[in-house]
Amino acid sequence: MAEEDTMAKYMLIMRGTDESNAAVMAGFEELAPKTYHFIEELTKAGVFVAAEGLDDPGQGVVVDVSGEAPVVTDGPYGETKELFGGYFLLDVASKEEAVEWAKRVPSVAGAKIEVRRVAGDDEMPPGMEGSVEELARSESTGRI
Amino acid sequence: MSTADVEAVWRIESARIVAALTRFTGDFGLAEDAAQEAVAEALVSWPRAAPADPAGWLMATARRRAIDAIRRRTTLKGKYALMAVDPVVEDEIDPDRIDDDVLALMFTSCHPVLSREAQVALTLRVVGGLSSEEIARAFLVPVPTVQARITRGKKTIAAAGVPFELPAAYERRERLSGVLSVVYVIFTEGSTATSGDRLVRPDLAYEAIRLARTLAALLPDEPEVHGLLALCELTAARFPARLDPDGTPVLLEDQDRRRWDHSAIRRGMDALVKASTRGLGPYGLQAAIAATHASAPSVEETDWDRIVVLYEALGRVAPSPVVELNRAVAVAMASGPAQALAIVDELIALDRLPGSHLLPTVRGELLTRLGRRPEARAELELAARLCANQRERSVLLRKAAALT
Repeated sequence: MAEEDTMAKYMLIMRGTDESNAAVMAGFEELAPKTYHFIEELTKAGVFVAAEGLDDPGQGVVVDVSGEAPVVTDGPYGETKELFGGYFLLDVASKEEAVEWAKRVPSVAGAKIEVRRVAGDDEMPPGMEGSVEELARSESTGRI
Repeated sequence: MSTADVEAVWRIESARIVAALTRFTGDFGLAEDAAQEAVAEALVSWPRAAPADPAGWLMATARRRAIDAIRRRTTLKGKYALMAVDPVVEDEIDPDRIDDDVLALMFTSCHPVLSREAQVALTLRVVGGLSSEEIARAFLVPVPTVQARITRGKKTIAAAGVPFELPAAYERRERLSGVLSVVYVIFTEGSTATSGDRLVRPDLAYEAIRLARTLAALLPDEPEVHGLLALCELTAARFPARLDPDGTPVLLEDQDRRRWDHSAIRRGMDALVKASTRGLGPYGLQAAIAATHASAPSVEETDWDRIVVLYEALGRVAPSPVVELNRAVAVAMASGPAQALAIVDELIALDRLPGSHLLPTVRGELLTRLGRRPEARAELELAARLCANQRERSVLLRKAAALT
């Protein structure tokens, strides 16, 4: 429970290949309840924030805004072998804990999971000394 | 595997391991000791050879240690008959019972035979998986103090013969309020420390939120559990805006509301909806007040009438002079200072908050708004004399001086 690690959000990014995506679809009936159970585990551990799966990358659209006018093309982005297929967003105490959960994600051969820390100031910053006065005052004036 | 990896597995698994062991052995203290021994062994052996199934390794090792301890005890006492406990080894973990086990663990850790300090220490240690060092650091007490609280707590539970089981339905509601208040004590200690130089301990506030989420997942039909979770989420949502860059506390009216954690607000609102199925209890009502602030773009545009109504309701279900004082401030915002002053004066007449600087602080501000400057100044000076906090006192004195 190191200070700099407290209350950090991590995203487990599902990176499937065409083969693993096909395997997921083929084994969906078996995988779905496992995934449901996994989310239940995350919820009971108090670390679950959100999870979503993405539709078939072939149904996607890429909007290229790097030029003067946006260019819209059908299909997945680039020629990548590994595609972003969905994510789990977790609120955990450390990167190691995020990795430990990632190891437990129900999956299929060929799939990979990227673990990334969510940046931004919606985390609790460390060292918020002095807030006691603010809180005491807010309380005394009914503002909390 | 590094120490951090061991800690990560322990964090995820500790409550279930201790809970399952307690059920196997019927001895809460023994289970906790055995689990601690297992994690100590993991810290030594995993860096050399990581197990394929870390959670299973911890459970198996803890179970062996528990059995060793039982053997030692029975040998010491010469009661070999107790060896009959051995079939425990063959027992497999029943996953359907784990949830109830963890819940029973929370009720055991927060048992009313324990002091509040022991309840807090045991909950953080046994359910949260925190070490004595982490708990000591969070509460700014020496490590031996935490260890003593935990040891005494376990002995008290054993001496009182507290059974390891979920309380009966009729008893649960009553006991649950104790569990909720322990979680809330941990949260408030994390968001506003009662002593020491580090005044906010986000790690502790986070641990409380995690415990509240776990409780909400295990007891989805108890509205007040969701109410407590909502209150914690909505309060913690403001943490990022509570200090300006140089570390000075920022008042609610001056906070940059864009910096509030909006995903925490959304989670808090969701929990509040679940809390309001059968009318709000004390935690739900406080959460509803926090939600009213959270959904307002500014102090001026806050729905103060709604906050007044919520404080009135809170005053009925959980009467306290502080609630009454807060209601007075909300009334001042909604309907003007004169009505609020009447509430404050009644609190003073009944001597409901003796010696507190809060009453004269609020009275002074109300009198200021009413233009009764000499009286306001006297109240603020009185408040400053009663106030124990240096920084707050200087604010009060500055305000008083401005009224001359």
